[in-house]
Amino acid sequence: MISMKILVCISHVPDTTSKINFTENNTKFDNNGVQFVINPYDEFALTRAMWFKEKQGATVTVINVGNASTEPTLRKALAIGADDAIRVNCEATDGFAVAKEIASVIKNGGYNLVLAGKESSDYNGAMVPGMVASLVDFSFINACIGLEIEGEKATASREIDGGKEVISTSLPLVIAGQKGLVEEKDLRIPNMRGIMMARQKPLNVVEPVNSENATAIASFEKLETKSSCKMIDASNVEELVHLLHTEAKVI
Amino acid sequence: MSVLVFAESSEGKFKKSAFEVTSYGKKVSELLGTNMVVLTINSNEPSLLHKYGAQKIITVTNSNLTVFNAKIVSNIIKQVAEKESATTIIVDSGANGLYVAPLIAVELKAGYASNVTALPSSTSPFIIKRKSFSSKAFANCEISTDVKVVSLAKNSFGVFENEVVGSVEEFSATIVESGITSVSIEQTKGKVTIADADIVVSGGRGLKSGENWGMIEELASVLGAATACSKPVSDLGWRPHSEHVGQTGKPVASNLYIAIGISGAIQHLAGVNSSKVKVVINTDPEAPFFKAADYGIVGDAFEVVPKLIEKLKEFKSNNA
Ligand SMILES: Cc1cc2nc3c(=O)[nH]c(=O)nc-3n(C[C@H](O)[C@H](O)[C@H](O)COP(=O)(O)OP(=O)(O)OC[C@H]3O[C@@H](n4cnc5c(N)ncnc54)[C@H](O)[C@@H]3O)c2cc1C
Repeated sequence: MISMKILVCISHVPDTTSKINFTENNTKFDNNGVQFVINPYDEFALTRAMWFKEKQGATVTVINVGNASTEPTLRKALAIGADDAIRVNCEATDGFAVAKEIASVIKNGGYNLVLAGKESSDYNGAMVPGMVASLVDFSFINACIGLEIEGEKATASREIDGGKEVISTSLPLVIAGQKGLVEEKDLRIPNMRGIMMARQKPLNVVEPVNSENATAIASFEKLETKSSCKMIDASNVEELVHLLHTEAKVI
Repeated sequence: MSVLVFAESSEGKFKKSAFEVTSYGKKVSELLGTNMVVLTINSNEPSLLHKYGAQKIITVTNSNLTVFNAKIVSNIIKQVAEKESATTIIVDSGANGLYVAPLIAVELKAGYASNVTALPSSTSPFIIKRKSFSSKAFANCEISTDVKVVSLAKNSFGVFENEVVGSVEEFSATIVESGITSVSIEQTKGKVTIADADIVVSGGRGLKSGENWGMIEELASVLGAATACSKPVSDLGWRPHSEHVGQTGKPVASNLYIAIGISGAIQHLAGVNSSKVKVVINTDPEAPFFKAADYGIVGDAFEVVPKLIEKLKEFKSNNA
């Protein structure tokens, strides 16, 4: 039986309640006062990885492509139970370049199961897992909401428009996960013992292969603030129907 | 040079997004001063796309492709892209579009922008607007590679009729080994899904209990709408998880979103503010949702919603 060598991709993102502002002429995210966390989609992937480790035996490595400021997020993943961490030492500014860094680590490290979130909640690129799979020629399941592994065989389900599809495939495999991979109530959070142990665990910094970026962000825009809401009296519901028909033209 | 659009069908019928990506691709090809080619797989009636500006339609008919397989489809798109010297590839942002796009990007060594909401603001450099920060902002993304892949966010461009005369050409594609087998597909039939709906009616914790959803379902059925809910509602088991919308649930990009008894927390708004028109019904005039809404009624859902159903029924029968 082959053993599972799992790599979990961890993106370091602003907490979901953060105010989104930009600086330097709207070209940079303003991280002033912003708390960074493990990308919510990646938490499902990490918790599933811990499950495999505990129930079926596996090693779990977490990886982030980013500068030193992401290390507390990797330490948090170690505190949740990953065995070791890798940080590829470069700014992550383009999904394709990030995917190439991760692909290079996979080739060198012999991983056979890569678990990631389906997108990051900041740049929402929704591309790194698929690109990684394609670069290393592993099978790939996107928007995965269930995963079982037995030996080399994998059964996964993915969300499709209006339902789900059950798929059978095999290792090596890349999964882009979300809620369903584990239930939200089962998500792991670090406990004291985990936090203490995490300090001793290896966090290896590796140098990037430095591929060229395929994309760059020219600028950001905030949402236009709504031109104030039109209030309709509760006793005049007819007016709402009228406005939706004649003004908004949606019914 | 050409623009290649993948227009998806399901059981032979085009998805609604197929017409939107075709309409969009036509405009992009005009901006780039080139022609558009539209690829369809197992469509019963590819020529429908002429109506949306598609002159050249390439169809692949293959009984092994009745179920979508991202690896096979990405490779077919590559084959067609190479044959047609396509430099811009456009797909939708449905489950399959988002699945296949990053694979195409690697196959064609292309930069990829997902969830794009507008035409390129500049073609050289190629800059295109896309959603970011879970719909709390937009990023103008520059793609610097020769070949570019774009997935268009649903309902962000619209469907435009633009009848042209053209051709439908059959392409015999090579099918690669994918290592993936579809075992089963479960799909809710006969019910409007949140992803496809033009109108979504959504209920929050303000409705007090799952038993009170009858009026929400009735309102949805009068409008031909899908039903949705806030996160606590599905956490409490009042409604199935598949209805949970917001940052950690399904995104909504409908034409009309009606929020009933939902406060409008930032994580809820993040997932729904791509909807064009938002109506909020809430007892609390200070509810944050009113700040993000187009139309608001301060009132008790249990009084307002039945009245709204009645008025809509009258409206529908007068406008039938
Ligand atoms: C990491 C994270 C992710 C999250 N992701 C999501 C997400 O994806 N989606 C999501 O929805 N939430 C999400 N949340 C939760 C979010 O913060 C809110 O708690 C949630 O959206 C509130 O749901 P609600 O508006 O239904 O309930 P409440 O906030 O309790 O609001 C109920 C509203 O109903 C009104 N009301 C009460 N009675 C009536 C009546 N009779 N008629 C009319 N109105 C009435 C009240 O005035 C109130 O405004 C997330 C939270 C976190 C921390």
